[in-house]
This record gives sequence, C-alpha cells and structure tokens, in this order.
Amino acid sequence: MTPSAIELPVSADDRRIARLAALAIGLTLAEAALPSPIPGIKPGLANIVILLVLLQYGWRAAAWVSALRLLGGGILLGTLFAPGFWLAAAGALTSLTVLALAQHLPARHFGPVSLSVLAAFGHIGGQLALAAGWLLPGPAIDTLLPLFAAAALVFGAVNGIVVARLLAAHPSTMADSE
Amino acid sequence: MILRTGDIGVLVAGAGAVAAFAMSAWGGGAADTVVIRAAGKVVETATLARAQAFAVSGPLGTTRVEIVPGRARVAADPSPRQLCVKQGWLSRAGEAALCLPNQVSVEIRGRDPAYDTLGY
Repeated sequence: MTPSAIELPVSADDRRIARLAALAIGLTLAEAALPSPIPGIKPGLANIVILLVLLQYGWRAAAWVSALRLLGGGILLGTLFAPGFWLAAAGALTSLTVLALAQHLPARHFGPVSLSVLAAFGHIGGQLALAAGWLLPGPAIDTLLPLFAAAALVFGAVNGIVVARLLAAHPSTMADSE
Repeated sequence: MILRTGDIGVLVAGAGAVAAFAMSAWGGGAADTVVIRAAGKVVETATLARAQAFAVSGPLGTTRVEIVPGRARVAADPSPRQLCVKQGWLSRAGEAALCLPNQVSVEIRGRDPAYDTLGY
C-alpha cells in the first residue's frame, strides 16, 4: 500500500468533535432499539451530548456534532435520506436555531434545564412543521400535538437535569464554558 | 444547583403550552345549548347556563332530562336497557344521549357545531 500523498491536518478540535459525535451516534443507536408507543416520541438522549458540547465548546461545535450524528445515525440505521431522516434533520435544525438564541439567556437564571426544554420544543416543532407541510397535511398533527409537546417537556427536562448533574460532577470542564 | 429560577419559569411556561395545545386540540369547544328531540322533532332548546329539568313524553312513557350549569343528562327513562341513562353527564359540544325505544334524544351544542347534521 502506497502512502497517501494527501494529508489532511487534523486539529485537536476535530478529534474532539469526532469523539463526541461518535458518542451521540452511539446514544442514537441505543435509543432506536427502545420501543416507543408513538413513532416520533423518543427520549432524545443524543441531545444530552449536544447540550454538553454547546455548554463546553460553543454553538459551532454543537452544530457539527448534531450534523455528524444525523448523518452517522442515518447511515447506521439505514434511514439516510428517508422521510424519517428529513424529519430528524428539520428537528435538529430548529433545535440548533433555538439553542443559538437561548444560549444568550442569562446563565445565572437559565441553566441546562431551560436550554434542554427549549431545544426539545424546537425539535418537535421543526419535525411536526415539516410533517404537517409535507407528509401528513390535515388535522391529524394537531390532534397529536399535545402528546408530542408533553413528551418534549418531560424528556427535555430529564435530559436537562442529566446535563446539569454531569456538569456539576465534572466542574473542571466547565472552565471554558463560562 | 440544578434548577435555577428561570428554569422553573421555562418548565411552567412549557406546561402551560402543553395544556393550551391539549385544550385547543381535544377541548371540542364549550357547550352552551341543550337540544331535546322527541320522535325526531325538536321539543326543547335550553341553555346549559342554569339548572332546570324537563319531562318529555315518548311512546313508552316519560323521559326526564336534567340540566345543571355546564352539563346535562337523562335522569330517568322507561327504555328497557337504560343506555342513555347510563351514559351519564354530557358536557362537551357534540355529545348526545339517545333513548331509542322512547324516541327521545338529548344533544349538547357549542357555538360552532361539530357536525352539520346527525341522523339517528
């Protein structure tokens, strides 16, 4: 095997993003094995990773991890570019947009739980907006909206508490977030 | 500290949003009128706002309809299976209790009817 003439420089940031994206993909796969009463209602465990990345390394890194998780998860689950993939993409995009705005909330009063709940609502909002406009026009989505919103509230709060506890348990890594 | 003041605000606002979605999606609109029919003809149209009672005659006997603010029910009926009595209180727009053997029906209506017409 001839050594490649092209060498891509890999920075420490790249390695870290790759490692965290792998973690997020792992959680996505684990979660896909969980049965769900209604398609689309999931704990969203990968969002724990994305929120941690946001709080420790900033929004750009979080967006990278989210995009890589989406692609990697799509490839590994065999849903790449299937309708479910686009729903997830719309959710991730909305949730990242919400986080871009919400991260400017004063951290004294708004902790990870706020960010997580807002991101979860963004996630479900983006998904349902695309589903309502593209896959399922009509009143069906309206009827399910309260269930999805309740799931977003509960799972968003739980994920946020997990993030807050992880940050509290490893305060040293908080240094570059605040 | 895991929950900060703003977090509690976000959680409360989120719960409020969920409740508002549930109300608008599943609420079915507030009911304000009771329509009582006998043998297909409307015999009484009453408001749900105050308590009152009606007695309607059918082929088997008298059906008694009871209204209290916000809801209505068939209190007594001569039908053998008592289905409309067992149905209990009606409170959401579009709900109806039918006492078929005695040909009496009680229907709750809101401002915008859920159906154009119902045939029994």
